[in-house]
Amino acid sequence: MSEYKKPLPKPDPITAPFWESVKAHAMKIQRCNDTGKFFFYPRGLSPFTLSDNVSWEPVSGRGVVHAFTIVYQNRDPAFAEEVPYVVAIVELEEGARLMSTLVDVEPDPEHVRIGMPVEVVYDDVTEEITLPHFRPVRAD
Amino acid sequence: MRELSGKVAIVGVAESDQIGRVPDKPAIMLHAEAARSALAEAGLTKDDVDGLFTAGISTTELGEYLGIQPKVTDNTSVGGSSFVIHVGHAATAIATGRCQVALVTHGESGRSRVGMPPRVTPPDSLRGQFEAPYGLPQPVGAYALACSRHMHEFGTTKEQLAEIAVATRKWAMLNPKAYMRDPITIEDVLNSRPICWPFNLLDCCLVTDAGGAFVMTSLERARDLRQHPVVVLGFGESHTHAMISQMPSYTSFAARQSGKVAFEMAGITHDDIDLAMIYDSFTYTVLLSLEELGFCGKGEGGAFVSGQRTAPGGDFPMNTNGGGLSYTHPGMYGMFAVIEAVRQLRHDYADEGIRQVPNARIALVHGTGGVLSSAGTAILARY
Repeated sequence: MSEYKKPLPKPDPITAPFWESVKAHAMKIQRCNDTGKFFFYPRGLSPFTLSDNVSWEPVSGRGVVHAFTIVYQNRDPAFAEEVPYVVAIVELEEGARLMSTLVDVEPDPEHVRIGMPVEVVYDDVTEEITLPHFRPVRAD
Repeated sequence: MRELSGKVAIVGVAESDQIGRVPDKPAIMLHAEAARSALAEAGLTKDDVDGLFTAGISTTELGEYLGIQPKVTDNTSVGGSSFVIHVGHAATAIATGRCQVALVTHGESGRSRVGMPPRVTPPDSLRGQFEAPYGLPQPVGAYALACSRHMHEFGTTKEQLAEIAVATRKWAMLNPKAYMRDPITIEDVLNSRPICWPFNLLDCCLVTDAGGAFVMTSLERARDLRQHPVVVLGFGESHTHAMISQMPSYTSFAARQSGKVAFEMAGITHDDIDLAMIYDSFTYTVLLSLEELGFCGKGEGGAFVSGQRTAPGGDFPMNTNGGGLSYTHPGMYGMFAVIEAVRQLRHDYADEGIRQVPNARIALVHGTGGVLSSAGTAILARY
């Protein structure tokens, strides 16, 4: 396996449960129990109430494309040879949004559309780190 | 707020000695050159300065380089909007007697990268964890993501975005200091190299070396200085997020707040505005700002800029220096929007034909910072 050259996240004590959950291929994100609303990225308190009353909850890993771009040029050598590729904001079924890469789709504005249903695919990029990518949900 | 309106004036403005490609000067010297020229234009010296404002570097570094020990220091640094926000902060400090003469400076070696901090994203930062792994080029990819949503919700087209780039280039053709001065067409924009869909190269701002500065003092003192005073009627500021993945809505941003407050303070309406300087990091930045500032309804930005309305001779003069798209954009362009508004309101271009907006009396300056993160709006008037 060739060396992974793209930027890797370095979990911190607050965000570690998220990175551990994707490493286990079972994504969890936080919910504010005062409001019942999910949020992302992980925080040490609720961004809605500043309360500590938050918990880690499993999520479906399904959502829709909320916004996207197709990257045709990236001066970062780690990504330069991969263009074109799709970066999207995914809105999870639970309501929170996150950034990710769309895979298994033509990097073409005719093929990617806002509102398109997507599901998480776990990409074990190193022994320590798994990245959540997303792919279109197949009709079958 | 109304009691601060009209009390403070901008009395000198300048760019650094050269702008565009300046490989032989570090960023801080671009600050210093612009500061020296703006003070000279005002007829003031550095010893008159007792309020210091900058972004990108610390005011301590700036004060040290220029030999200034201020009574008021303000390092509000929220991206390219910062210098427009400084207009309001400096006006407040002067109107309340905390300082008498404010110097606001900018300097970036954006193209040559001389004396600039390295661009690094620590892997344990929030951006390092939740954005950097996915390879979104910043800031262009962030604005592109947001624009995709506007196109989806309102049917905005790439042709409409291109109208902005073409009109702005027409203004640049009138400005000898502009970096790009060849005429372009909508087809040229659409056929330029794709960068991040829906943006092509000509939807994107330049990357240049440049510095800029302006000097402010009370209107009372301004009357005795060299330049025709340009008074500050209103100002506002806000921000909503730092990372594009956290933006609450991709078709609304902090300009909605900053513009509303600025108009209320100035006590004027949109019909009173003679020219608009709207930060144009990308074509979408302008289109969204025009909606959020209330020049048109939500989703109507595309129609608003169509038919070259914002070009020289059009009925909505905008970005009359050629903007960040064609004149200069070293990284945090807001400074240059202020400088141009002041020059238009002083009628500096009175002998240059259509470059001068006829009878310009009131200008709106709007700065956007980060990835549609922050906003600063200032309304300025010819005294």
